[in-house]
Amino acid sequence: MINEKKEKSKWRHFVDWVNGEEVIEKPERISFQKINKKILKKLFQKYIWSERKKAAFYLIMCTFVCVVFIGILLHTVSALPYFGSSTNPASNEVVQRYIESGVKETGATNIVTGMILEYRAFDTFGEANVLFLAAICVVMLLKKDKYNTTEKQKAEQEEEKAFDTEDENIILKRVANVLTPLLFLFGIYVVLNGHISPGGGFSGGAIMGAGLILYACVNGQQKAQRFFTYKTFLYMNVISLLTYCLLKGYSFFTGANHLPDIIPKGVPGELLSGGLILPLNICVGIIVMCTIYGFYALFTKGDI
Amino acid sequence: MTAIHYIQNIPFFSIFLAMFGGIVTPLFGNGKTAQKVNLIIVTLIGILSAMLLAYLWQKQESFTFMMGHFPAPWGNELRAGPLEALMALSFCCVMALTLIGGGRFVQNDVLPEKQNLYFVMMYLLFGSMLALIYTNDIFTAYVFLEINTIASCAIIMAKGTGESIVATLHYLIICLLGSGLFLIGISLLYGITGHLLMENIQQAILELVQTGEYAFAFAVVIGMIIIGISIKSAVFPFHFMLVSAHPAATPASSGILSGLVLKSFILLNIKMFYCVFTIDLIRSLKITNVLFLFGLIGMVVGSVCALKERRIKHMLAYSSAAQIGYIYMGLGLGNHEGMVAACFHILAHAVTKAMLFICTGGLMEASQGKDSIHSLRGAGHRNLIAGIGFTIGGLSMIGIPLTAGFVSKLYFATATIYSPQKMVITLLTLAVSMILNAMYFIPSAIAIWSPVDKNANRPKPSKAMQGAIGVFVALNIVLGVYYDPIIDMIEMGIGLLG
Amino acid sequence: MSNLMTNHYEAAAVILFGIGFMNLLLARNLIKKFIGLNIMDTAVYLFLAAKGYITSRAAPIITEGTIARVEDYINPVPSGLVLTGIVVSVSVTAFSLALVQRLYKHYGSLDLDEIMEKAKKEGKV
Repeated sequence: MINEKKEKSKWRHFVDWVNGEEVIEKPERISFQKINKKILKKLFQKYIWSERKKAAFYLIMCTFVCVVFIGILLHTVSALPYFGSSTNPASNEVVQRYIESGVKETGATNIVTGMILEYRAFDTFGEANVLFLAAICVVMLLKKDKYNTTEKQKAEQEEEKAFDTEDENIILKRVANVLTPLLFLFGIYVVLNGHISPGGGFSGGAIMGAGLILYACVNGQQKAQRFFTYKTFLYMNVISLLTYCLLKGYSFFTGANHLPDIIPKGVPGELLSGGLILPLNICVGIIVMCTIYGFYALFTKGDI
Repeated sequence: MTAIHYIQNIPFFSIFLAMFGGIVTPLFGNGKTAQKVNLIIVTLIGILSAMLLAYLWQKQESFTFMMGHFPAPWGNELRAGPLEALMALSFCCVMALTLIGGGRFVQNDVLPEKQNLYFVMMYLLFGSMLALIYTNDIFTAYVFLEINTIASCAIIMAKGTGESIVATLHYLIICLLGSGLFLIGISLLYGITGHLLMENIQQAILELVQTGEYAFAFAVVIGMIIIGISIKSAVFPFHFMLVSAHPAATPASSGILSGLVLKSFILLNIKMFYCVFTIDLIRSLKITNVLFLFGLIGMVVGSVCALKERRIKHMLAYSSAAQIGYIYMGLGLGNHEGMVAACFHILAHAVTKAMLFICTGGLMEASQGKDSIHSLRGAGHRNLIAGIGFTIGGLSMIGIPLTAGFVSKLYFATATIYSPQKMVITLLTLAVSMILNAMYFIPSAIAIWSPVDKNANRPKPSKAMQGAIGVFVALNIVLGVYYDPIIDMIEMGIGLLG
Repeated sequence: MSNLMTNHYEAAAVILFGIGFMNLLLARNLIKKFIGLNIMDTAVYLFLAAKGYITSRAAPIITEGTIARVEDYINPVPSGLVLTGIVVSVSVTAFSLALVQRLYKHYGSLDLDEIMEKAKKEGKV
């Protein structure tokens, strides 16, 4: 019986292969050669193609590829239109309309804001969605669940909760508590003035997010959780993005179907101008603030 | 003041509906509600796409849709033709069926408190795929490409085990390599042409080709963009990312990843060929030959690797790599017929591979979750419908008449007539890869039907899964029998593209 | 070559892109890998910003009382693209770092080879 198993007939091999018990590649059994391939492979690895040589080969190949790549790109760059010249192909009728009629058509004196939120708004919609998606992904990866927390970490966190560091770092706390509202004020200023000066939803939102992070950093996350929990994070994110989606949907729909747009553009240069740009900037600002703080909280503690 | 043309709003509605669904889903408490709403929205988009397809097919036209208040070179634009509508419709069908069939695996594999987030990913993935199909602007394509990357990585890692996280990392790094190349490509292209909309770029390119300016820069740009997108669609040397990703992900994710995500990148590639660079330029730069070569190597290497594999999910992953090779071979033939065959193969493979992954999930469930072919022996008796689905899917992959795979192979073979210098090698490789396909699918099919102890515990397959597999099988056979109108649509769509 | 001196911003951007690319391919440490990725993205933004700049022109924010003439302002399109691109890159970075943190929790290492080895062992058991 044992003997039989050792020297299977070809038919038996075939049946086994059909049954999925054997792979077609079993050199010791099928091959008629007397050379032991395993030893050969070992020797080959030892003398000719060791792991170290493999790594070195990979390194050299990568360097070579990258150098060639940089060379090709440099050659391309040297053939491109000149830097800083006013006649390069990028300054064409598109730019002309953006600058010359941008203020009239969008109501924003900041042409870049007007461009990303009116002319090329679909890109910016996608971009807000990327941020939302990243926030959700990080929640999915790092929010505590049974896969990513060990007993030790749990115990550590319990310990931290027990020692509520109330009186430490009093100077730091005082300064931070003065700074946080100022940061918020500045962030709100940047968001609201996005269409008439440099700034906008993303930069302002990042500043406000920094304010929240400073507060949570100094006062501990439990204190921040009093007013900013996972639920607040989720609801603020979803509601802002939903508003964004609906407003932009309205604007796309009226634009594409040549319907009259009932939203007034206002006087360019004033705070309440620019049609939908101001509310959109506010929405983006809230999304960015929540997302940035959410990243911080999830990366450090695994919870918001 | 013109009347509203509702049909033309369908692409915009579809994208926004998908995005809207993604945004509200985190508010649902549990995964089941999220799944139901998801199903409703995907079906709705499917119906809308079907209407669009019927309209465009009848009118034999394509149109551009202004996203916002400003016309072409100033604002964003969408573009829809029969090809786009057909792809959107089939993506809806496959998405809905995969989620119905794989719903139970999602419920088992993903932690309950995070199931609704999984569906957020699905929505955004779906929305980004629709946007990639319909977009007429390369920078929009970049933004949605990145949404697609993050969301597809997220659905791999949704399972939360160490293996799936490692697989996600692999997938992410290769994808980011691809999008990095794509980004620098479009930046260079913007520097040369000064436009971001496909039509305007094409005009600028035609002018520049005539004057002969920036010839080298052009070749570099085209190379970067095409290579970037091809890397993301897992063409031959980069197919390894699939092999780690598919076994680690839940079956529904695998089905969508292999069936749809890779296809959306290939469609973007086709759009780049026709709407941006023009097919003549691509042909004269020999880009098609490079793609053809990598397609051929991919076909053979993928099949040989699959033959060596004893674990069924790895086998399917390698088989996906081989099928991507088929599609690139079709693109590489460089003629109209090759493109049509490649587009048909996109449909055929989407329908077949999604079904195969769902069936494999069912079979593995009936065999205590083991994934070696050996331990799947007799699984077909334990889960009848999954076994039937797997067998028919395998037959379709091999290319047996009456299945979808047969038609696409037939058209690939016919297309070679128009590129005589590539004819012999294409036909030979097709034959070899068909034999190889048969060599790895038939043994596994025999294994799952081999009679073993029938009294072993058999989990009851859910009704949803049975239904989904049934519809998949029906779709496969419909594609294999009534292929004429679909080929017509694809031909018309490609004609209208370029 | 002289063109390369004129286009020195673009040249620097391209070299940075190459360095980032190499880092992404070669670095074994995952955090370094993603730093390479960020260098790559940033290089593209430098490239775009350089493409939009036109000598001795102002940023495109129109002050009150002036007539907007295209001759006075730089090209606003690349600035917008850079804004969009930065947000995309922030999201990708956050996602990849979260992935790295999760891997570190699971395998206790940041080295890609070591993680792969451990993952293989885990898979076989």
